[in-house]
Amino acid sequence: MHVTSPVREPLIQGGKTYADVTEDICRHVEGAPTKEWKIAFGISLLVLAYGTVCLAWTWWEGLGVWGLNKTVGWAWDITNFVWWVGIGHAGTLISAILLLFRQKWRTSINRAAEAMTIFAVICAASFILMHMGRPWMAYWALPLPNAFGSLWVNFNSPLVWDVFAISTYFSVSLVFWYIGLIPDLATIRDRATSKVSRFMYGTFAMGWDGSAKTWARYEYISLILAGLSTPLVLSVHTIVSMDFATSVIPGWHTTIFPPYFVAGAIFSGFAMVQNLMLITRVVYKLEDYITLEHIETMNKVITLTGSVVGVAYITEFFIAWYGGVEYEYYAFFNRMTGPYWWAYWAMMTCNVISPQLFWSRKLRRSITFTFFISIVVNIGMWFERFVIIVTSLHRDYIPSSWAMFSPTRYDIGDYIFSFGLFFTLFLLFSKYLPVVNMAEVKAVLRSTSAQLPAKIAGVAKVRQRGTAEPAFDKDKE
Amino acid sequence: MENTNKRYWRGLEELRNDEKFVKDAASEFAAEPTESQYESLIDGVGTHRRDFLKVLGFGMAAVSLAACEAPVKKAIPYINKPEGEFPTIANWYATTYAENGDYASILVKTREGRPVKIEPNSLSKISAGTSARAQASLLGLYDNEKLRGPKKGEDTKVSWETVDKEITQQLTQIAGNGGAIRILSQTILSPSTKSVIADFTSKYPTTTHVVYDANSSSAILKGNEISFGKAVLPSYDFGKAKVIVGIEADFLGTWITPDTYSKQYGETRALGSGKDGKKEMSRHYQFEAGLSVTGSNADYRSAIKPSQVGLVVGSLYKKVAAKLGGASISAPSIEIPNLDKAANDLIAAKGQALVVSGVNDPAVQVVVNALNSLLGSYGTTINLDKPANYRQGSDIAMNQFIDDVKGGKIAGVILLGANPVYDHPRGSELAAALPKVQFSVSFNDRADETSSLMKYICPAPHYLESWNDAEPLAGSFSLVQPTISHIFSTRQAQESLLKWAGQPSDYHEYVKAYWRKNIFSLGAGGDFEAFWVKSLHDGVFDSNSTAIASGATFAGDINAASASIAKTYKAASTGIELVLFENVGIGNGATANNPWLQELPEPVTKACWDNHACVSQKTATDLGLAQGDVVKVESKGKSVEVPVIIQPGQANGTVSIAIGFGREKAGKSANGVGKNVYPFATSIGGYLSFLPGEVVISKTGDTREIAQTQTHNTVMNRKSVLQETVLSHFQKDPQAGRFIPKIPTSEGTVDATDLTLWNGHKYKNHSWGMVIDLNTCFGCGACVVSCQAENNVPVVGRQEVINSREMHWIRIDRYYSSDADVEDLRGLEIASENPEVTFQPMLCQHCNNAPCETVCPVLATTHSSEGLNQMTYNRCVGTRYCANNCPYKVRRFNWFKYFDNDNFDYNFNNDLGKMVINPDVTVRSRGVIEKCSMCVHRIQEAKLTAKKERRRIVDGEVNVACASACSTGAITFGDMNDPESRISKILEEEREGRAFHMLEEINVRPQLSYLTKVRNKDVTAKPAEAKEHA
Repeated sequence: MHVTSPVREPLIQGGKTYADVTEDICRHVEGAPTKEWKIAFGISLLVLAYGTVCLAWTWWEGLGVWGLNKTVGWAWDITNFVWWVGIGHAGTLISAILLLFRQKWRTSINRAAEAMTIFAVICAASFILMHMGRPWMAYWALPLPNAFGSLWVNFNSPLVWDVFAISTYFSVSLVFWYIGLIPDLATIRDRATSKVSRFMYGTFAMGWDGSAKTWARYEYISLILAGLSTPLVLSVHTIVSMDFATSVIPGWHTTIFPPYFVAGAIFSGFAMVQNLMLITRVVYKLEDYITLEHIETMNKVITLTGSVVGVAYITEFFIAWYGGVEYEYYAFFNRMTGPYWWAYWAMMTCNVISPQLFWSRKLRRSITFTFFISIVVNIGMWFERFVIIVTSLHRDYIPSSWAMFSPTRYDIGDYIFSFGLFFTLFLLFSKYLPVVNMAEVKAVLRSTSAQLPAKIAGVAKVRQRGTAEPAFDKDKE
Repeated sequence: MENTNKRYWRGLEELRNDEKFVKDAASEFAAEPTESQYESLIDGVGTHRRDFLKVLGFGMAAVSLAACEAPVKKAIPYINKPEGEFPTIANWYATTYAENGDYASILVKTREGRPVKIEPNSLSKISAGTSARAQASLLGLYDNEKLRGPKKGEDTKVSWETVDKEITQQLTQIAGNGGAIRILSQTILSPSTKSVIADFTSKYPTTTHVVYDANSSSAILKGNEISFGKAVLPSYDFGKAKVIVGIEADFLGTWITPDTYSKQYGETRALGSGKDGKKEMSRHYQFEAGLSVTGSNADYRSAIKPSQVGLVVGSLYKKVAAKLGGASISAPSIEIPNLDKAANDLIAAKGQALVVSGVNDPAVQVVVNALNSLLGSYGTTINLDKPANYRQGSDIAMNQFIDDVKGGKIAGVILLGANPVYDHPRGSELAAALPKVQFSVSFNDRADETSSLMKYICPAPHYLESWNDAEPLAGSFSLVQPTISHIFSTRQAQESLLKWAGQPSDYHEYVKAYWRKNIFSLGAGGDFEAFWVKSLHDGVFDSNSTAIASGATFAGDINAASASIAKTYKAASTGIELVLFENVGIGNGATANNPWLQELPEPVTKACWDNHACVSQKTATDLGLAQGDVVKVESKGKSVEVPVIIQPGQANGTVSIAIGFGREKAGKSANGVGKNVYPFATSIGGYLSFLPGEVVISKTGDTREIAQTQTHNTVMNRKSVLQETVLSHFQKDPQAGRFIPKIPTSEGTVDATDLTLWNGHKYKNHSWGMVIDLNTCFGCGACVVSCQAENNVPVVGRQEVINSREMHWIRIDRYYSSDADVEDLRGLEIASENPEVTFQPMLCQHCNNAPCETVCPVLATTHSSEGLNQMTYNRCVGTRYCANNCPYKVRRFNWFKYFDNDNFDYNFNNDLGKMVINPDVTVRSRGVIEKCSMCVHRIQEAKLTAKKERRRIVDGEVNVACASACSTGAITFGDMNDPESRISKILEEEREGRAFHMLEEINVRPQLSYLTKVRNKDVTAKPAEAKEHA
């Protein structure tokens, strides 16, 4: 039994019983798709189709369809990659670190956040493939036994570290998410009215029987996976940052990158979670589960990580001046005042100034404002990666090679592809899987509900045709 | 009894006794399928509704079958192997590149019978290196747009026999009527060809040979005639000059024979840091309007307006004459910065001075001659006794020719490698008049602007398919021999002329006979066959009988010249004046259909695939122009629209536009690229002038992007990139101007390269490296084209250059100085009004601690045991991380598939163009990175040869393509482990002197070193300089 201090604000509103929780969450899985869902899904598919066409042309014709050149070898591709990986971090942080810290507010959002993580990592991985000149050779980056003699990957290369980091991250996140789903899948299985869904959900529920022993194992494995994931929250973006930090390019070659990237990742990830949850709670009428309390808490995390990022920006600048390295000084001078000044100032405004507005309680409890700022933060974090990558590359050591980058419709189209993919996957998830972790919400209901009903178990509604009585009424027994 | 006879079936049909077979068995030929039966099915016309599925099925099947079909590439092995041809072993032939007066003695590398590379012939005493144009002439051999056979009017299918019959008949008729025949050519270096023309003339006595040059030096010939009674182009020796003054003469880029001059000039610029090293260098003043390659390399350069140029020469003469006691002249004086200083230095260097001017005005040339005569240059730096033949054109004769054609006085025109409709200012007059000429024939290889107006075209083969000879300097000869048999049905012009003159037409025998008669006698004697074989082998022959240079007495009328100058030139003018100049790559435009040359950036503007209006920043501001604005340049009813380049160093109130562009009928790479500005050229007293006077410039409102390979012009005061000093500092301290990074540590200050995490490499055998002397690199770009030819570097075209995606493995960075304070990072981006210019060849530095190698995830780029950073194309997956992490930005990504791609319609997408591919170097596929390999295939070949002969490689046995093309030897390649190699000796001398590694403080330890740029300037109290040495 979790004990909660009385000074904490309640997390669940509306006097929900266990049965209500099941009902509220399963309704969307079990019912026919709503009109809103269909429209949203249709749009996502269209976006995905457009992006797929752009991507197909990119691969058919060659990377020349992008705006890259001899000086700027990475731009939107790696910007998008780092951005998506960063977004993914919120899910792992919520599911792993907050679990270890026993933060109960995580229970309402962890499912969606973890799903977001997985989809974001898929999007990020798509850019790893996309940016390769010969993507059909991508498997050469894996340390596979091969027919090329003793040829092996280059363990010195941060890109190889990336391959390991991202694939580990993806597998652990997927397993964690899936294990967390099992009790809920079993609930849906038990309520299923059609054979197909009973079979499908039943298969994926892997014979969950709800016994005390099963629950105990479930708790153990959750803790173990949380323990495994916790270092990943820090390591993945650390390694991604080493793509830049271990290079010789002024503006990349800097030791501050690992912590700064991790903070930035959590920052953007929470902003993305906010965006998704704010929409989901309205569309799925989950206001009682994802309350202002949750939103405010996440806003606090955004402000904290945003401030860390802001300090990092300023530190970078200070060191560029204080370090006395001509090239590094110029790189930062150029960021601020060079041809890409607008990108730099967009980054500073979005990432440093906007989260500070959450110091106002009124603003951080405003849903509209939160939604707006979350979008601003994600734009800002995209610009952060763009600034780091493009403004460092476009004017590095040799002035004769200085050049400008401007995106083509395929740079944009391939970015749009990732949005199409992400939202298509997320919408499928939100339709066919429970968006809130029912089991965990039930576990914290007693201690965090605002108006605890007298009979907390509640009465499940009639579902199967021809059954007059409720399927299960605990209080009657 | 059973029939035991063997039975042969005609086919399965007979065996099966098909009904159709039985029906047709009696008829010998099967009935053809009727048209309607199949074709309507295939075409989809007249099909029935019921045939729909059939048509659909056939269509699908046809499409899938076509998709499955692999293209058939035939590789045919030798059945009878030609003697001396070994697969994979190159054959080398000595021959001569002599086109329109350009000359280079060359060696041609052929592989399996096709020429794949041109290298300079080291046996030649005259030519040095190979220019970009000589290198690129190889690609001209495989130009897919040449005529494939003789052409009469619009008909190309006419046979040589018909052509010969008709032409001989017409010539006989014209000669019989006394009609004038003109052979029109540009400068011809070949004595045998001239002899052929003489033979032709003796057969048809009404024939006259008219010679002109698109970029004329006619006035120099005239000037020398006035001054010394010899209408010759003297040979200059810049190598003997201590003070050189160039006045509108781009002798390192385009003037007469820049390669030779560069080599001589380079000798005066080379320095050594050692105790006995050369510590003196020449001083070079340049007075010019546009910033030329030569002006870029000058120690002192002054921008002048074209209308002042005569007065600059006159004033310089006056200043020198005042001190050396020459005759005084009346031309008005003009004060130009550095003019006094130049005069004083010239006087001090009397006997070792040289003044040259490219102004095509006899009056100016006479004064220049008088000046040189006062300075005692004749017999030292100028040799009138061994005249050069590079420019023989006569502007007067050419003008007369055009007048005659217009006046209908000419009955026959024979065009011998000239294209006056395009490259003469009166081309349009000629174009209107030529079709009226009774008989006309061209020997040009394509139906170009002039040839397309001719009655016949009898295409001559490329020089690499031809026999010929050349006499670049009096008494120095070289031979042209074919390196491949004729690709198309072409015939040498000389053979055609001989045939029409009724003589034996074997030109090979003719050249041999000519040599036997006229040249053999100049030699040492002996057996002619042996002499001939040796000459063919060597490619060159120098007669011993050439007179040694002697002084010459100036006998010209300097007062008349001075009066003429006073009339033509004025000290101050307000209008915008036009300057036409020759682009180093494209030249006079004759070989413009060459994508290598089109993509070679002009050395100073770094722009390619276009010509531009270069104006100074001040003029641009006055006229409200910005870079890329398309302006209309108008003069005397002629106008042209070109985009603007803001050119530092350009004289205010002037605009420079390159000739050689705006071809209309040259081929796909040249047509419509840039604008033709020849029509703007005027004449001064009958002499072609590229300084045509005032023009009106107006904005059209359009803009056009400029394809520049370098868009940032200054070096931003980055001392670890570019290190330079002045001569007096260098003399005191060989390390002057060097930037030696030091890092303070707890154990005291150490060199930046002492702090390292790297283990380093041990090279037990060879350690290949390069040294590049910034003092002898003049930026011409010959190395760029040489590398492109050697390494199969693709051409990407104008739009891709705009997209910053040119593929060159070696580039020449050009930096302008800036007046801004070193702290002013914004100001440093702006070049000085008249900047100091530095050229810096940039290629893979083959770092020992290579940033590219560590980041490649798949080990596609690795380090060799001989110091090379090597790229394994077929392992590359194309992450481009290496290119990002390269501090020198020398790695190039294949953004597209550049071969077999009609979006890149240059030489890589047709079978003929692909014959230029060097079989020793992989053609890269799309999606992989490529870069300089330090010609590793050449190293490997030399190592194999040495191994077979059980010896070590000797220094000089192997050279890289860029270094071999360089006329000045600015690039030295060799084994740094061999203590006897040239590179080791240079490094030994310069290690504590001028040698530096670029970006030394990042400790990538390149195998390449640069030698600091030293300018022969007086020390001025420049704050930046003072700080550096504080």
